[in-house]
Amino acid sequence: MLPNNPIHSLLSGDYPRSRVLGALLFVVLICLAFAPFLFPGSQPLNVAAKICVFIILVASYDLLLGYTGIVSFAHTMFYGIGGYGVAIAMYNFSPSWTALGVGVIVALVLAILLALLIGLFSLRVRAIFFAMITLAVASAFAILASQLNEITGGEDGRSYRIPEMLRPAFRLFDEPVMGVMINGRILTYYLIFFSALLLFLLALRVVNSPFGRVLQAIRENDFRAEALGYRVVVYRSIANCLSAGMATLAGVLMALWLRYTGPDTTLSFAIMIDILLMVVIGGMGTLYGAVLGAAIFILAQNYLQVLMGQFSGMLESAGIPLLPGLFHADRWLLWLGILFVLSVYFFPVGIVGKLRQMRK
Amino acid sequence: MTAAADAPPTAALPKVRVDYLPMLLVPLLMLVALPLVGSVSTWVTLTVAALAMGMMIFLMASGLTLVFGLMDVLNFGHGVFISFGAYVSLIALGPLAGWVESDNLLLNIGVLLACILVAMLVTGGLGYAFERIVIRPVYGQHLKQILITMGGMIVAEQMIHVIWGASPIPLRLPEGLRGAIVIGDAAMEKYRVIAVVLGLTVFGIMHLVLNRTKIGLLIRAGVENAEMVEALGYRIRRLFVGVFVAGSALAGLGGVLWAFYRQTLTAGMGMEVNVLIFIVIIIGGLGSVGGCFIGALLVALVANYTGFLAPKLALGSSILLMVVILLWRPQGLYPVAKR
Repeated sequence: MLPNNPIHSLLSGDYPRSRVLGALLFVVLICLAFAPFLFPGSQPLNVAAKICVFIILVASYDLLLGYTGIVSFAHTMFYGIGGYGVAIAMYNFSPSWTALGVGVIVALVLAILLALLIGLFSLRVRAIFFAMITLAVASAFAILASQLNEITGGEDGRSYRIPEMLRPAFRLFDEPVMGVMINGRILTYYLIFFSALLLFLLALRVVNSPFGRVLQAIRENDFRAEALGYRVVVYRSIANCLSAGMATLAGVLMALWLRYTGPDTTLSFAIMIDILLMVVIGGMGTLYGAVLGAAIFILAQNYLQVLMGQFSGMLESAGIPLLPGLFHADRWLLWLGILFVLSVYFFPVGIVGKLRQMRK
Repeated sequence: MTAAADAPPTAALPKVRVDYLPMLLVPLLMLVALPLVGSVSTWVTLTVAALAMGMMIFLMASGLTLVFGLMDVLNFGHGVFISFGAYVSLIALGPLAGWVESDNLLLNIGVLLACILVAMLVTGGLGYAFERIVIRPVYGQHLKQILITMGGMIVAEQMIHVIWGASPIPLRLPEGLRGAIVIGDAAMEKYRVIAVVLGLTVFGIMHLVLNRTKIGLLIRAGVENAEMVEALGYRIRRLFVGVFVAGSALAGLGGVLWAFYRQTLTAGMGMEVNVLIFIVIIIGGLGSVGGCFIGALLVALVANYTGFLAPKLALGSSILLMVVILLWRPQGLYPVAKR
């Protein structure tokens, strides 16, 4: 395709490069874009919104893990900062757009400063050092958030009201459009969808820029990259800050959707593990992997459990020992964990990489 | 005739200079805390509690730091051995339930030792399997190591749920180990004293093995330069598997002690201490057992003192300590030479 065609510039020249992948991505895009009309009801919309947010969160993590080759365990911390930014602004001031804007900006500044600080402190040494330090800092932050009752609401978190326009009671039109009443909930969904789309395209732009190429060079061989004259620490720190900023925005979007922020929904280590699983299963080092990883994982989280529960019930009624426990609905993480280990061994390129290889 | 041959054959090698500075930190910290805490009895209670905690953390962390030092493998799933060790002690507690409630102190200690033995055997075996299945395929690839050990941890933690159920299990201390010994005004929990004794014993044994046996010599040499040890005809791989198994067994031991200390079992307990363990081995210098010991004591002391003096600060205290130590020695207290 021609370099000056609009799709080329929109995708920054990074095409799916596989028919199946292209088709899958298209299906995800269409499903997400028309989710309120295609799948009425609050549960499907909830899933769709979660997928949008997690695409951004996972894409930002891939920027670190897949493109720059550094492992961070503090990603949920930045996600949480975004969430708490909204929560504190909405709860302590007023549910207005101004407060929201201030909250977002303060959260962004704080997240980027923190990322810079952690980066400068530990990125100069080794990848493994960074991984450990981020783990320590993130867990300290999680404890801090659950202890500072007056500010964060402690373990209970904060429920709050969001701007008028985004509340469920708000009606954009008097009449339903295509059989669906356009209420504040759906407006919130589209706010999330378009922000996610914009951020995703922006991330594509970043990784396909000369800057992104340097990041990949560092991933492949940091020593050589340094020898070529690129300041590795500087590039890694910038990538770290960028990714932290994106994660913060993902947290903001999630906070707007849930109208609640608490340690369990934003800072818990379980979410960090979810992100890792999504990146690896989708495919490291390609942002499309984030889309597929997030979509598959969240669908599995919401629907696989039911299937597994039924299967486990079947086994139990058949009187087979131990197996029902393995297939219990709460054990879905076990299977995803095994899938994760297997995919690190056998398909480090993830689903996207496999699909791309199939073409050749 | 060369100059070397002229030297008298009895002349010993120059003595290795011992770096005493980090060792002084521990007593120094205790001394500084004394006037801050104010009362001597409180200070004794706090210090003993901290020493017990430090010993437990050291037991759990020592395996990890050795494995890293020897083979450059950082096992993010180390916490799983801790959880498994703790849960496995239930196996020993089942048939020995009578001993737990018994008035006989010897039986009480016996049941604790039985738990420890079972836990160490099982976690050692588990470590062997973990090394085989999870770690071996990814030697030398840090990124994959982090991911894969993390994945192994997720799977193992879920397996604990499958085997023992998802709800926390209460664990009772053996009758004779409950309560405290009171000397003057200072109260020391009996169990903590036992933990200190056990920890010191294990540290002593480790120290002897590492410094006075051939295996220990090879391990230390391997930490310094693995290739050279291979070139001398030793199979560093076998050595490494041995260290990995021993490290896992030690984590299991630490897990049992930790579980009795918390008196509840949860599958996530290993992962929770894992963070503390990482801080300890970073402070000590990755790969250094002595550094790990001092790091564990420092972390525990600082946590306990700040917990008493300024409870709000306590959660950040270990991170703060890490930052301060790293500002002083960026590679940890005892940097291991080659890295």
